[in-house]
Amino acid sequence: MAEQTTSGGHLSAVLSPEDEAGQQRFDAIIEQDSRIEPRDWMPEAYRKSLTRQMSQHAHSEIIGMQPEANWITRAPSLKRKSILIAKVQDEAGHGLYLYSSTETLGTDRDTLNDQLMSGRAKYSSIFNYPARTWADMGAIGWLVDGAAIANQVPLCRASYGPYGRAMVRICKEESFHQRQGFEILLELANGTEAQKKMAQDAIDRFYAPALMMFGPSDNDSPNSKQSMAWNVKRFSNDDLRQRFVGMIAEQVKVLGLTLPDPELRYDEETGQWIHMELDWDEFNRVIKGGGPCNSQRMARRREAHEEGAWVREAASAYARKQQMKEQVA
Amino acid sequence: MTMSNTSNNGSSAGWPLWEVFVRSSRGLSHVHAGSLHAPDAEMAVRNARDLYTRRNEGVSLWVVRSEDILTSDPDAKDAMFESPKGKDYRHATYYTKSEGVKHL
Ligand SMILES: [Fe+2]
Ligand SMILES: [Fe+2]
Repeated sequence: MAEQTTSGGHLSAVLSPEDEAGQQRFDAIIEQDSRIEPRDWMPEAYRKSLTRQMSQHAHSEIIGMQPEANWITRAPSLKRKSILIAKVQDEAGHGLYLYSSTETLGTDRDTLNDQLMSGRAKYSSIFNYPARTWADMGAIGWLVDGAAIANQVPLCRASYGPYGRAMVRICKEESFHQRQGFEILLELANGTEAQKKMAQDAIDRFYAPALMMFGPSDNDSPNSKQSMAWNVKRFSNDDLRQRFVGMIAEQVKVLGLTLPDPELRYDEETGQWIHMELDWDEFNRVIKGGGPCNSQRMARRREAHEEGAWVREAASAYARKQQMKEQVA
Repeated sequence: MTMSNTSNNGSSAGWPLWEVFVRSSRGLSHVHAGSLHAPDAEMAVRNARDLYTRRNEGVSLWVVRSEDILTSDPDAKDAMFESPKGKDYRHATYYTKSEGVKHL
């Protein structure tokens, strides 16, 4: 893998002897497929790229709480309500694991928060779609968390140690998310005609957006190659996507429902799953803020932050008081 | 970073970072789980409970302020950890002549 010697992407600049030694150590660690830890020397481009990827990931977990939190009060039973609360709480946890991992790269929490709330940072486009019916809780768990898992499992081996470790923790928790969603759909699919229709409708709406969660085709994804050379990304977007399609194509049969994709088939020759063309114009529009729920999600996030201000103030005041007491004693 | 830095406009700016260690069951050591921000140690423990032990992951928690941890210099690790090199006789596998002797 000769291209890894250019992994800094900054070789045009004149390197100090320390940077040169650092780059060599970094390259050797990547070459051995070992892990980079926070205090290691790393190329600026690596630090920047990971900060962006990890913080976007954290923001997605945080914003991702909203479509489901929206249904907590209307869950059809106490059991389902408890499950949904636990899932949303997990997503908050995922956001926090990722924020603290991102901080090890040198950007503090308040800056990261601010990037999200000022609208400068991106998060996964999927969360800008509305959750219209109870069946959407099923489709989100099965398809959205499912796609997230397919994306995240290889990230457990990301070259940046804190990222990989956060992903291990997250992946362990995600599997319940996908199962509970699948079981919501299974129950509806075996229910009344209307319930079955509701389940099918939810799948129809979430199928394409879930496939787009893997990102544009790698040919159109400029950062993919570099990310692979750094051992952050392990598989191409298209490869992960087709693998995921293959899994859900089987799973949907258990539900007795269908995927809204007339072109879906397994290609014996290439061993790949073929799916329909996705609407990348829509994807770009939604990512840039033009989705059905972008402004609602951002407004809710800011509101939650502002409404929580008094709690943070009280905690700070209490800590200050306690410390003063200690100093007097 | 002193506590008086904690801001009073509802920002958590200045809340120190804490490292969290979880003992997964009796008889095992506390192992590093991750980190979090909290205004004081007590809140750090409470938050750690919610964040790192939602599924019976632990029976005991430690929190310690990140800035109180002294790390060995990663750049000097060769010099730092060099001394055991060439000292194979510290390992049982060095002693091959006694191989096959029972209970040894
Ligand atoms: Fe998550
Ligand atoms: Fe999830």
